Amino acid sequence: MTETGSKVQDRMDLILSRLRTVAAPLAGLGLLLAAAAILRAPEEEAQGIVQKIFYAHVASAVSSYLSFFITCAASVLYLWKRDRAWDFLALASAEVGVVFCSAVLVSGPFWGKPIWGTWWTWDARLTSTLILWLVYVGYLLLRPFAGEGERGARFAAVVGIVGFVNIPLIHFSVKWLRTLHPKPIVLNAQGPQLPPEMMTTLYITLGAFTLLAITFIAVRAEIERLRDLASAMRRHATKGEAR
Amino acid sequence: MSVPGVLGPALRARGLRKSFGARVALDGIDLEVPRGVFLTLVGPNGAGKTTLLKILAGLSRPSAGEVWVLGTDPRREGARLRARMGFISHEPYLYADLSAEENLRFFASLYGLRRAEERIDEVLARVDLASRRGDPVRAFSRGMTQRLAIARALLHDPELLLLDEPTTGLDDRAVGILVDLLGAIHDGARTLVLTTHRLDVGLRIADRVAVLAGGRVVHEADARSVDPSAFAPMYASLCGGVP
Amino acid sequence: MTATARAEPPVPSFLGAMIAVIRKDLRLEWRTREVFTATLVFAALVLLTMNFSFEPGQHAVEDMAAGLLWVAFVFAGMLGFSRSLLAEKEGGCLDALYLSPADPGAIFLGKVASNVIFLAVTEAAVLPLFAVLFNYPLGRAFPGVIVAIGLGSVGFVAAGTLFAAISTQMRVREVMLPLLLLPVSVPVLIASVRVTQTALAGHALSGALAWIGLLVLCDALFLVAGMLLFGYVLED
Repeated sequence: MTETGSKVQDRMDLILSRLRTVAAPLAGLGLLLAAAAILRAPEEEAQGIVQKIFYAHVASAVSSYLSFFITCAASVLYLWKRDRAWDFLALASAEVGVVFCSAVLVSGPFWGKPIWGTWWTWDARLTSTLILWLVYVGYLLLRPFAGEGERGARFAAVVGIVGFVNIPLIHFSVKWLRTLHPKPIVLNAQGPQLPPEMMTTLYITLGAFTLLAITFIAVRAEIERLRDLASAMRRHATKGEAR
Repeated sequence: MSVPGVLGPALRARGLRKSFGARVALDGIDLEVPRGVFLTLVGPNGAGKTTLLKILAGLSRPSAGEVWVLGTDPRREGARLRARMGFISHEPYLYADLSAEENLRFFASLYGLRRAEERIDEVLARVDLASRRGDPVRAFSRGMTQRLAIARALLHDPELLLLDEPTTGLDDRAVGILVDLLGAIHDGARTLVLTTHRLDVGLRIADRVAVLAGGRVVHEADARSVDPSAFAPMYASLCGGVP
Repeated sequence: MTATARAEPPVPSFLGAMIAVIRKDLRLEWRTREVFTATLVFAALVLLTMNFSFEPGQHAVEDMAAGLLWVAFVFAGMLGFSRSLLAEKEGGCLDALYLSPADPGAIFLGKVASNVIFLAVTEAAVLPLFAVLFNYPLGRAFPGVIVAIGLGSVGFVAAGTLFAAISTQMRVREVMLPLLLLPVSVPVLIASVRVTQTALAGHALSGALAWIGLLVLCDALFLVAGMLLFGYVLED
């Protein structure tokens, strides 16, 4: 076993590979189901067919929050236990989170232009998402510039934790600042305001996207792990030659 | 000399490894330093001397292996261990724009010392800088800065003193002063570990000498019984001819 | 002399370490006046640039005053933190601080306190400058403005000190600090501008209670997060 092996890493490899085998086909199935559900869902009166972007838009947002939560948890565990397995997981989740966040930022304008007439509005939700995107892009950019060894992992972990804990604050500060977004339909004080068929479609899409996020994270973490293993083996090889 | 068994060794390392990404700095260090001993670690540049010292000081964490400093794991007992240890780096660890005594006063209060002014007078006298106490450190020569750094490290009367290449940048006269100073500090109760790539200095003052090459301890000997003229060629071959 | 167990050496108190750091920073700044001059000049330049960038009528200034002020404070603040942390890194003192028995949380709070003091001095100089340049009467708004700017500064400085400590150990630190700090500071900045706006308009601060609550929450969050995480940033 190379220097990068550890009990935590082995256990995580096992869990992640099980997740991949299970979640990947389920995610594929889920996406098909979601697509069918979205097509079949009733059209909303005022907005027409464009409104159907809503399902993917909201599901992406939820998936990104889930991913960033995993990043935060993995960051805490990394700082505590210093096992690189947690760092790989944190990095993988952050990347996947940024991807889903980008999806929200891109789907928003495509939904908004037909309805509000402009590509971009500085309304609460989009603004919060943009800021969140910037926070985690910073997280990703930080690593290559951090210099040698595990510094990047350590600094990134700090940013990952502070960034996530900041999310509710960003949410509230921006929300109080602006309100142009359609009144929260799902996260409403009286409970979701959608008609039942739409709620079902939303749940299906949420489930599919969550499985997709988990699959992506599991794959990406494994890639990072393999990359690390490869460089460890290279080290051994060059040392062998030197002797 | 120290009485074995009264208290454990000052330092013990077993299988210590440290890698920075792909680069291996320490490749399995086994070392034991009894209390009150003055050990010199010699080795070519890049052998891992600074890395080892930083791990012993608790500034870095090892990638693998175990280390005990003054009987405790530096990762655990943190503050109390650091109160008993002093570190001198090739960086001055001083604020250039403050005077000598202002620097000492800061570190004295940072270390929570009680008889601060007395201690400051004592250490300044010891390193023969009492006459320059009010001068800004920026005006000091390299040799004087180094002596002030030693004064700073001695403020809290540490049981263990780690010195990382303290002779860097010093002319022969300054090295002589430093060597005398270290000889005076080495009183049998205090453990000292010094790293240097200068063999002559290393053999002159120490009780024991260890050779570090390629991230490993490749040779250990009693410094007093070593014949310098015989040691030099052996050292050169151990280091693969690299100065 | 034999090696027998000694009396347990003292470990500094949390407050003692914090005060030691503050006094050292203040003394160092007094000696060099680097941070102060740089930030003051910078803030003044920001205000001047904004003045030239648009011709503010009286109404426009009222709407934008709080924002303008905070833009100046943000840029000046970032300059201040990076110099303050760079001063530590230069002598290798970041390591020296970590190697001491002092609690990294205490060191963090000490640095936050000194950075707040430096920023406050700059802010105190910028406010009258702003009043003159933009012809904006500050008189009756004063106590409220102090509270608003004070609360906002604490949160911004806390986040800034933590991220400056990270960025100063990296390459391209001048870019990394704003990149990391600004998105995370958004809640603090939004809330600060809102509260400052209320104060500048002469209204009682009780009208902006929600924003003040959020601001205090942000401050607490960054202070606590910084205290807990600073040690991880300082280690090698």
